[in-house]
Amino acid sequence: MLNGIFSVEFVNSILRATTPILFATMASSVAAKAGICNMALEGMMLLSALFGVLFSALGGGIFGAATGLSQFASFGVGFLLTVLVGGIIGMIFAFCILQMKADEILAAIALNLVASGGTIMLLMAVTGEKGASNAIASVAAPKVTIPLIESIPVLGKILSGQNLLTWLSLLSVVVMHLFLYKTPMGLKIRAVGENKDAAESVGISAKKVQYIALTISGMLASMGGFYLSGGYMNMFTRDMAAGRGYIALAASSMGADTPIGGFLVSILFGIAQAVANLMQLTTIPMQLIQMIPYLTTLIGLGVYSYVRMKRRKRLLQSE
Amino acid sequence: MNRAKRFEVIRMVFAILIALLISFIIIFFVSEEPVNAIVQLVTGPFKSKRNLANVFESMIPLVFTGTGVCIMFSANQINLAGEGAFHVGGLIAAVAALKIALPAGVSPVVCLLLAAVAGAILTAIPAILKIRTEASELVSSLMINYVALWFSTFILMQFICDPATGSASYSIPDAASLPSLMRGTRIHSGIFIALLVAVLGYLFLYKTKIGYQLRIVGENEEYARYSGISIVKVILVSQLLGGFIAGLGGGVELLSPIYDRFSWTASLGYGWDAIIICTLAKKNPLYTPFAALFLAYLRTGASIMSRATDVSFEIVQITQAVIILFVVAEQFLSRYKHKMIAREAKEALKEEEAS
Repeated sequence: MLNGIFSVEFVNSILRATTPILFATMASSVAAKAGICNMALEGMMLLSALFGVLFSALGGGIFGAATGLSQFASFGVGFLLTVLVGGIIGMIFAFCILQMKADEILAAIALNLVASGGTIMLLMAVTGEKGASNAIASVAAPKVTIPLIESIPVLGKILSGQNLLTWLSLLSVVVMHLFLYKTPMGLKIRAVGENKDAAESVGISAKKVQYIALTISGMLASMGGFYLSGGYMNMFTRDMAAGRGYIALAASSMGADTPIGGFLVSILFGIAQAVANLMQLTTIPMQLIQMIPYLTTLIGLGVYSYVRMKRRKRLLQSE
Repeated sequence: MNRAKRFEVIRMVFAILIALLISFIIIFFVSEEPVNAIVQLVTGPFKSKRNLANVFESMIPLVFTGTGVCIMFSANQINLAGEGAFHVGGLIAAVAALKIALPAGVSPVVCLLLAAVAGAILTAIPAILKIRTEASELVSSLMINYVALWFSTFILMQFICDPATGSASYSIPDAASLPSLMRGTRIHSGIFIALLVAVLGYLFLYKTKIGYQLRIVGENEEYARYSGISIVKVILVSQLLGGFIAGLGGGVELLSPIYDRFSWTASLGYGWDAIIICTLAKKNPLYTPFAALFLAYLRTGASIMSRATDVSFEIVQITQAVIILFVVAEQFLSRYKHKMIAREAKEALKEEEAS
């Protein structure tokens, strides 16, 4: 197993496991910065995982699924449509909590229920099966091979040959950081999250800002969902989000809801998942290994919250 | 019944009607024989004695998790580990029934108590984390559910698995089982425990001092703190009790005639269903049996429909979600509520002038 940890394959496995959590963490961060706990991430990812398969199969029908340019075109159609629908789902969620004034946690639970039942019904309607989407010829996200760099030993194998969406997830950290901290809209989002009334008193429409934040959140979550069925695996299976949306909530909060912080915590959870994947080769019972990502999150959350509490108390005392 | 309460009931009825309407529309889209599917869904439970019995059987676990969630949510502790507590309750009841040989009268009591304690321990973890580290109980309880699921499967596979089945425990001995009440049905004595729990839950929340304190914390934590209520005590008691009841429910369900062995390797979802029960019951345990009966009727109907037609059972999840959304959406029918309040005020004014 130690050999496994110090291998290129292990680093790749970390990146693979981190990608969906990273997207979802960014989705959680932008919502949290606008003052909303987006627990619906789980359902958004699950819905997008199925839509990703359906839409990319649609793209495959138009452009063909062969390698090279046609694969890229098919994937592109599928990905863009999925992200578009993700944004719409984000808006629907925003409508429920901002317009209809439903409690955000209960509305999220409702959306997750719709996702869990709806994906199975839709899958059944399209393929006649309830478990997985084997019958649909979907097109996975292409891998990016970088000429020249490819031939560098060790590093080349890490930098080249990664899934396009892995690169996109890393890019999303930079984009979200710039968006939240260097643009006027980012400033408005943070202002609304910090103090809604104060923001409204200077003429910011909190509702509009939160709508925008949740739409972006839905789009990011859908990218994570697309990766699950078009990168991490090559098909949709029922309930395949497997709590990643919830893990992302923890990751985002442990990163103080900043993109950079969330990125670092996501990597940590990616490592936990990768170690778990590696341990499946040992004789340790599979069920104990499956617990690792969730236990890591639980312990991480506890430690982080403890340190934060101590720091806050010390600050109060020094005042 | 006063106007505000009547309004709540009207709103709920509308929410349910809209949810059903949406479900029917979906059925029309996905089914080849939509009319038959809808007839099965709505009238199926009344078709036979067995179907009707199914409604009452599937109501039992919902009353437990619903009451548990009512208590936790009343204190505004959004602990969602009721799902895991129910699961672990079932596991522990099975382990106890298989490993501890006791006479018929005593065995179920011991098994159920152990199951309830296991459930309480599980939901106490987010509570203790919150008290010691101020971590949000929401996220930690979500993680606990997954840990509980895999832990249960681990114990099942390593310690109580019957090699003849491959993925289920040995048969639960008769001495530990809860007897069936009616020949030909699987309605069991757990229904009395469920109703008792709902009533006791109501008495606890609305007729005791700690229950009152719990609801005050749920309404306004700052106010509760200033009036000297121990927040730590409320956080702990509400979640311990919530998990205790959910765990008890898991135990009752497993020892019932519905299951012969412990074979839960996937989430059963009763903890999530509890959210809609709690929403419909307005956090009052006394109403949970009615909400549970409604949901059980819907699910039995859906199950009959999925067997008879091409519409899958999962449609109830969508129905449930729409009901939750409309019941918790403050703006839904709010204009009507304003009109009603205005009318009431005018009438009161008239009466005053007349006297």
